[in-house]
Amino acid sequence: MTAEKAGYEEFEKWESSILKKTLERFPEQKAEFTTGSWIPVERIYYPAEGEPQRYVEKLGFPGQYPFTRGVQPTMYRGRFWTMRQYAGFGTAEESNQRYKYLLGQGQTGLSVAFDLPTQIGYDSSDPVSEGEVGKVGVAIDTLKDMEILFDGIPLDKVSTSMTINAPAPVLLAFYIAVAEKQGVTRQQLRGTIQNDILKEYIARGTYIFPPGHSIRLITNIFEYCAQEVPNWNTISISGYHIREAGSSAVQEVAFTIADGIEYVKAALKAGLDIDDFAGQLSFFFNAYNDLFEEIAKFRAARRIWARIMRDKFHAKKDKSMMLRFHTQTGGSTLTAQQPDNNIARVTIQTLAAVLGGTQSLHTNSRDEALGLPTEGAVRIALRTQQIVAHESGVTNSIDPLAGSYFVEKLTDTIEEQVWNYLNKIEQMGGMVRAIEHGFIQKEIQDSAYKYQREIESGERVVVGVNKYTVREEGVKDILKVNPELRNIQMRKIEEIKRTRDNRAVEEKLLAIREGAGNENVNLMPAIIEAVREYATLGEICNVLRGVFGEYQESIVL
Amino acid sequence: MTEKIRILVAKPGLDGHDRGAKYVARALKDAGYEVIYTGIRQTPEAIVKTAIQEDVNFVGLSLLSGAHNELFPRIAELLRKEGADDVILFGGGVIPEDDIPFLKAKGIEAIFTPGTPIRKVIDFIEANKQRVSR
Amino acid sequence: MTELAQKILAGNTRSIARAISHVENDREGREALIDELYPHCGKAIVWGITGPPGAGKSSLVDRLIERLRTRGKSVAVIAVDPSSPFTGGALLGDRLRMQKHAVDDGVFIRSMASRGHLGGLAGATADALRIFDAAGFDYILVETIGVGQTEIEIMGLSDIVLLVLVPGAGDEIQALKAGVMEIGDIFIINKRDLDGADKLRVQVEYVLGIKFAEQSDQMNPILMTSAINDEGVDDLMDSIGEYVERMKASGKLANRREQRLQDEIKTILSAKIFAAFHDFMQMNGEIDTLVQEIVHDKQKPYALINAKIDGFIKEMHTK
Repeated sequence: MTAEKAGYEEFEKWESSILKKTLERFPEQKAEFTTGSWIPVERIYYPAEGEPQRYVEKLGFPGQYPFTRGVQPTMYRGRFWTMRQYAGFGTAEESNQRYKYLLGQGQTGLSVAFDLPTQIGYDSSDPVSEGEVGKVGVAIDTLKDMEILFDGIPLDKVSTSMTINAPAPVLLAFYIAVAEKQGVTRQQLRGTIQNDILKEYIARGTYIFPPGHSIRLITNIFEYCAQEVPNWNTISISGYHIREAGSSAVQEVAFTIADGIEYVKAALKAGLDIDDFAGQLSFFFNAYNDLFEEIAKFRAARRIWARIMRDKFHAKKDKSMMLRFHTQTGGSTLTAQQPDNNIARVTIQTLAAVLGGTQSLHTNSRDEALGLPTEGAVRIALRTQQIVAHESGVTNSIDPLAGSYFVEKLTDTIEEQVWNYLNKIEQMGGMVRAIEHGFIQKEIQDSAYKYQREIESGERVVVGVNKYTVREEGVKDILKVNPELRNIQMRKIEEIKRTRDNRAVEEKLLAIREGAGNENVNLMPAIIEAVREYATLGEICNVLRGVFGEYQESIVL
Repeated sequence: MTEKIRILVAKPGLDGHDRGAKYVARALKDAGYEVIYTGIRQTPEAIVKTAIQEDVNFVGLSLLSGAHNELFPRIAELLRKEGADDVILFGGGVIPEDDIPFLKAKGIEAIFTPGTPIRKVIDFIEANKQRVSR
Repeated sequence: MTELAQKILAGNTRSIARAISHVENDREGREALIDELYPHCGKAIVWGITGPPGAGKSSLVDRLIERLRTRGKSVAVIAVDPSSPFTGGALLGDRLRMQKHAVDDGVFIRSMASRGHLGGLAGATADALRIFDAAGFDYILVETIGVGQTEIEIMGLSDIVLLVLVPGAGDEIQALKAGVMEIGDIFIINKRDLDGADKLRVQVEYVLGIKFAEQSDQMNPILMTSAINDEGVDDLMDSIGEYVERMKASGKLANRREQRLQDEIKTILSAKIFAAFHDFMQMNGEIDTLVQEIVHDKQKPYALINAKIDGFIKEMHTK
């Protein structure tokens, strides 16, 4: 094992005398050390030759190409990251209460979690929704539910992130329509819609339509918002879920950026100008266990994206080249055993995200592995962010770990390995092709399997699970969702259908169907009109299903 | 010829988190069983029909979306209705301890919660395999 | 007639499934069951679908099922995957791509693992085919990965073999064992939107051209499809239909089936005779003695072996 031999005789002297003596008496704990994603970790790092000249080229300054050190010139000295806890469950009323609670506790932005039927474009009344309504997020069937969800929350003051993908146009339409009722213009709206279908096929599973049609809907949103909702992030290109599915850090960045490239290409093909839409693209990453690897990962991602936007897509504006991102701490790292330990884990992951320069952050609650967070648990998660922000001092200087030999080397290594993947995917014909081939899924599965085997064998320690275990007491305080929810929603839907203008709804749905059949039509205006008439989410999505068809999973195991 | 144990690993409902199910499927194959994996978004009816066509001895259900109290018993009931209640059911995912007695009463014989080593699942299968009907 | 056989003839799903397990595991009563079902066989048409991994066979089978169901036909599918030679286990994931048919009573999908039985699997599959045939399915689709001897034997069970290839895998055709190209009736280039599809087509035409040098008007059909995008499938269905009609008209179908039966009978006969002989030898500890004499005592191998066989035949006579 050797560190980079930069011609330093001193190193060799140290290695062959002091180090050697110590190793003979006290061997190290392992023969080989690696990061959480199997990148080898050397004993020490020190500067390579030519280091100072390359500083400007590789690191530069925050807010300036290649943005390695951060996308804003003052970063957290100017403003902290947005503390944005993902929340939503049960009915719109219950979620509305949780949002008000969180805003009252100092959260600075909203993040909406929708239930699975909503995410997959089914009304609560649909048979497949049985058992699922309101469980992993709020149930939204019509504009009425959306109005209740944001009741008393001023949409011109609060930015909202919505985790919705396949039916994103409909939820965005709901949001715009609610804003209208509040007297808030589209230009005033700030927030994000996840709208990233490719990762659904890879890692998350809430797809509806096949890739081609799904990407058309995505570019419709890009185009619509470029004109009408200019302060809105039209997509949150996500790596979080890819990591949760078991990928390595390198794969998380590589596949996310490859997805991003695919979306940019689609938008350009649809006739949009790069600098018109690229500034509204955003990203979403995971903050996992290995502190330094994660920090390096974020820095590498920024540098890679900047280079791609400038050199491959010829963007001219700085804003187009900046990789702005939201982070969530890694849910799959949290344990059901000794759940209080999760608070410590989340703290480390928060540090990773903050030292990595995130723009917004969700921290998981201690009861993550058991169910949806209770009020008490989510408050601690929020406090964790607030303590790091106000008490730890890590926000006082920008990109404080720059120049650390270890972190810079890790940043370079991750970048290099990401480029290898990007080139390979390019050779395969792009991300959609690579997904069809099953290449992406297989890479992730192999990492996931390897990781899990290491846990099973004890090689990878998970405190409280395979080491330092105790006899578990049951956790009492777990959030339960009202099982009557589906019936409640079904009654609401019936009521809406009784009181709305059904003829108008028919008309508007027909307009959507016609527009869907013509790939040059932007569907957003037609969808907005339909939601104003209280067409349901399911009704609109079923029209689209009729035209686009449904995607069939075909994974590789 | 040796008899093989056949196991169906299934994900009922709308939940798309399949990392655990895929790991279990692969690990059970490594343990020498024949494993049929049918992917995400399976209705209870599809799972039961599949179990019968494939004449499996065990069905393992994976669910992280909280719909287990509705969907797991439904599957147990359908298996009974189709005269296939000799199939042994087990489950895993995000399932609170409190719900386990209810699920067991409905016919799901074991629930493996997060962090359970795969060894426990294999032990369960080995302990119950002589019960399978032929 | 046994209750099980009656239920199979009536199309009872659970009985069909249970019977297939019986034959897979070679349980007692298997032979008697097949004897009972045999007179009721012969109606189903068997399509074999094979090709290298990643060719998209299962997605294609999914489309074929769709088409057959639109025509009101019942379909049984046997999807064969390899068992791990190390652990004996298997991960059977082919049916995932056809799973939308899971609740259609007119479709029966069964996944089978090779279980390391060279040739033996072909036996179990042949019996499973008979069970489906007797149960009244119009079509039986058998899907395997076409890379080994066992898979070639399984394809031998089919009335018509669809060989599915995919562009971009390098020297596609050389990579396949010669036997596989030989047995194909219809050649399908799937994922036709990928680079290299046309080049692959030319390669296939070339190889087939050599095969049919003398009878160039009898070339097998070559079709281009994209199963995921549902393209080329209707043409494929037409092509299969025509090909099978031609086989029926020319008597080729009947010949093939008879040839297959002959091969099967011979295989079963040899297997049983060998098994009986083996038992005989094992019971008397004869095999070990034989090996000792040949290896260590350097006695004449053929003379000894022939003497043993003579001894066996005499023994059989006296029984």
